Amino acid sequence: MVWRRKDLLGLRNLSAAEIEHILDTAARLKTIFDRPIRKVPALRSKAVFTLFYEASTRTRSSFDTAAKMLSADTYAVSPPTSSVTKGEGLMDTVLNLEAIGADAIIIRHGCAGAPELAAEAVGCSVLNAGDGMHEHPTQALLDMFTIRDKKGGFKGLKVVIIGDILHSRVAKSNVWGLCKCGAEVVLCGPPTLLPPELAAMGATIEYDLDRALEGADVINVLRLQVERQARGLFPTIGEYSYYYGVNTDRLRLAKPNALLMHPGPMNRGVEIRGDVADGERSVILEQVRNGVAVRMALLYLLLGGVEVAVD
Amino acid sequence: MHCPQVMDADDIRRALTRIAHEVVERDKGAGDICLVGLHTRGVPLARRIAGIIAGFEGIEVPVGTLDITLYRDDLHYDSLQHEIRESEIGFNITGKVVVLADEVIYTGRTVRAALDALMDYGRPRAVRLAILVDRGHRELPIRADFVGKNIPTSRKEQVKVSLMEIDGKDEVIIMR
Repeated sequence: MVWRRKDLLGLRNLSAAEIEHILDTAARLKTIFDRPIRKVPALRSKAVFTLFYEASTRTRSSFDTAAKMLSADTYAVSPPTSSVTKGEGLMDTVLNLEAIGADAIIIRHGCAGAPELAAEAVGCSVLNAGDGMHEHPTQALLDMFTIRDKKGGFKGLKVVIIGDILHSRVAKSNVWGLCKCGAEVVLCGPPTLLPPELAAMGATIEYDLDRALEGADVINVLRLQVERQARGLFPTIGEYSYYYGVNTDRLRLAKPNALLMHPGPMNRGVEIRGDVADGERSVILEQVRNGVAVRMALLYLLLGGVEVAVD
Repeated sequence: MHCPQVMDADDIRRALTRIAHEVVERDKGAGDICLVGLHTRGVPLARRIAGIIAGFEGIEVPVGTLDITLYRDDLHYDSLQHEIRESEIGFNITGKVVVLADEVIYTGRTVRAALDALMDYGRPRAVRLAILVDRGHRELPIRADFVGKNIPTSRKEQVKVSLMEIDGKDEVIIMR
């Protein structure tokens, strides 16, 4: 298939074929990890900027590594040490980065839709590295890559996503992508963090964790976003952990070969027990590794020397 | 459109048999040899040459595959999307004699990219080039060590190699 998009803003607007194409490309690129020299010249002299208005360990360093393995040059702009502190807005910032010579700008922002606005303002590629409670497409793509790699596909799989669905951009991107590709997605969490309207995205809602886990092929445990819990949406962390924490006993309810995933960073002992996170079902660190391959694939598809039609 | 056949299945078989013998003769044995086929049609050619060597020399030489997409020199100029295909070299090439196999050599740019790609896998003792059809018109200082057939062509013509494993038949035709 021919890739025609300038930007990667979310999974909602991608087709199943486009998603599979990204995953296929990532699978090929992943073989570079095993070589003595882990760098290819494909994106030589391309300038990739990361512009993160929110904290990040994995996503930013993963994008940075991916770009470098493709021989692109990377530049990090950190709002706390940039002119953002002087009041420069997002549009002016991205226009200036483009004027400096950016071929791609990777944006994480607290406001939903910020990357989309930026993408409309500039001619270079924009990649969404997480926007508010809206989407985190590269995380969902690396989750999907890991599932496909281990299970061979998506059709007929029961994928359970547990936790703070309301605030989770990871969950939303996963629902869009997985439903399109034929998986059955079950969302599970306390009612205050899981509004029933989310069923409209194509997922099933289940408030009882034990019932949700029954026969699951994949369990994706979300981080309890303690920093977004000011409004008292659940009584205590201990109670949350009692009803929605994943431990060894609960893991037994899923299929014996079920995968245990977590997008990180983990609150060990809250949404996931440490022994389970480090256990044999866990593919958490493989997800991180696959993230580099998926981001390489996206940078290659968006910057790989093609005259793209602006979409 | 008249498309003359320049090699049939027997011609291809004989050419590959000769190449297999030349490969082994050149390095006085097959002990250090490994074959790497370039996508797409170099892959079955590498496998066939390895099969022929196994037949007369009794040694199974390792065979890998290489996709040069990420090393192309036209990646930033071409309007085509270049799909990445699988590269699999499941053995250490350092110190080995690597024989690259491809169906046609033309400008030499694919081989240039393949040499760069190969060096990222290790440091071979030597790299040699086996080609089924050399059609001329080189743009880089590159030549093949083992050639099935030299076919002088004009730039307007296309050399089309069909192989059983991919195309269901063995032949080489010139398309004008």
